[in-house]
Formats: sequence, structure tokens, C-alpha cells
Amino acid sequence: MTFWFEVPLLILLILTAAGAILAKDLISSIFILGTYSFFLALVWAWLGAVDVAFVEAVVGAGLATVLFLLTLFGTSPKDIRIGRFSPPLTALIGLPILAVLLLYAAEDFPEFGNPESPPNVHVSSEYLKNSLQETGSSNVVTAVLMDYRAFDTLIETSVIFTAGIACALLLRRDRK
Amino acid sequence: MIQAHDSVIVRKMSRVLIPLIQLYALYVLFFGQQGPGGGFVCGVMLGTSLILGILVFGPDSQPYRLAQKAMHGDGVGLLIFAGIGGLCLIGGGQYLNYSGLTIPGIDTDVERHYLGILLTQVGVAIDIAVTAISIVFSLAFIDDDRDDP
Repeated sequence: MTFWFEVPLLILLILTAAGAILAKDLISSIFILGTYSFFLALVWAWLGAVDVAFVEAVVGAGLATVLFLLTLFGTSPKDIRIGRFSPPLTALIGLPILAVLLLYAAEDFPEFGNPESPPNVHVSSEYLKNSLQETGSSNVVTAVLMDYRAFDTLIETSVIFTAGIACALLLRRDRK
Repeated sequence: MIQAHDSVIVRKMSRVLIPLIQLYALYVLFFGQQGPGGGFVCGVMLGTSLILGILVFGPDSQPYRLAQKAMHGDGVGLLIFAGIGGLCLIGGGQYLNYSGLTIPGIDTDVERHYLGILLTQVGVAIDIAVTAISIVFSLAFIDDDRDDP
């Protein structure tokens, strides 16, 4: 089994996430967040979602790090709060209860890789069967994104376009 | 705010790396139907290579001018994507149904779908790359007219 591989990976994921929150220096926090993205990409690849892993490695570790760093250069690189405020009592009690409830709900999920689970019996089998004959692309993810679900991708692209326009409107100043 | 990086190692390394990143981005774009990747990843990588050039070579360099020119293409990617859908309408099909993509020389249904996927991926890549560069420009000149250093 691959059990020896996945448990250290998940532990590293939690450790890097905690380190990114706890680090005093915000620049090192950003780089720890980049390593978190790399570990997350490894987890996606291990789950078989190679496209998602690719995007996570490129966007999470590459582009987001640059954007965070550039934002940090415009502000202060140090966390200047004197002490960490202690979490309120409602969070200390409420969050473990929420975690227990979520774990309880996770019991009802279908088993990982189960061919009878609802996402696997609805339309995805049709995609897997027909995508090579209908679209000529052997990567089913690309066929679904760009052909079967092209409207979703069009709206997604327009969302990204809108984000760029909004950033330019909000952040860019007149250089006069 | 952005100045040229003064380390020789960084400048030489990025001079080697930037064309490689761009070449790999194009490979990912045009091989996206056989392997992992596609328009989104290609756009991010193209944008990131230009951002690396901007950050390393500073405002008096060719990557900077190229990125400035690229920003005029804001919206072109979305226009390509939506335009392919419009071409499908003109060809007598439904919007974004590539079976209606009538281009002379391409006869079978599979080829039309293949070409449609490829062209829309080019649109997505251009859109993402321009957006990434645009956001970096917006962020980097955030205190361009501030008095204190």
C-alpha cells in the first residue's frame, strides 16, 4: 500500500499550514505558504488529479507568491502586533465541536475510488467513454473543460478578466 | 519602485530560464489535449515568465516594454473565446458547439472539435497572461507617487 507515503505528506501539509500562520516574519510566512502549495500539488497528483496538481503548483507556488511579495513590499514586512491575542472562548469550544460534526458527516461519504458513488455513475462515465471519439483529445479533463462545459469556462475566463480590471481600477493611480 | 536586480547570477540565470519557461508554456498549451495542462496553466506560465523578466531586469528592459505592450491586449483573450462561439453560430450551429465551426479544409466533426478546443485554449491563455501582468503592474507601482522612500 501507499500508506507510508500519504501520512507524512498530510502531516507536512498541516505543519506548513500552521507554520505559515504562526511565523512572525511575513516574508518567511509567504514562502512557507509556497511550500504548502507544493505539498498540496503532491497530494493532488497522488489522488490522480494531475491537471489540478499542475495548476496548484504553477498558481499557488508561482504566481500567488509573487503577488503576495509585491503586496508586502507596499506594506510592512513585519507582523508588528505586540502579542498574539488569545482566541475567544466561543472559538475554543465551538471549533472542536464543528470539527467533530464534520468528521461525523465525513463517515457518510462514499469510499475513495468507489465506482458506485454518485459522481462516478452520473455523466462522467459518458465523458470517459465518448470524449476521444467526439473531440479527439485523449485528456478527458481538457475535453470536459473546453468542450462539454465550455460555457462554464467562458464565464470563468470573464471572471478572471473582471478581476484584472478591478485590480487596475482600485490599485493603479494616475502617474501625474 | 521596481529596479533592476544587481546580482550577476540572477540576471544570467533568468536570461536562460525565461525562454525555457515560455517554450514549456507553449508546449503545455499545444499538448494540453494529450497530457496534463492547457490554456490556464500556459497563461499563468507566460505571465510569470514576463513578471520574472520585469522583476529582474527592471523598467528599462525589453521584458518590461513587452509587458507594457501586452497590457493593451486586455480582453483580447475573452474576445477570442467568445468569438469562437460566435463563429459556431455563423456556421449554423449552437453557441460554443464546435460542430458548427465551419472552416474550409476541416471536414470531420472530430477535427472541428479538436480545433475549437485548441483555439479557445489560446484565448484562455492570453486572457490569463494579460491579467497576471496587469495585476502585477497594479501592485508594483502602488507607491509610485508617494514622497517617502
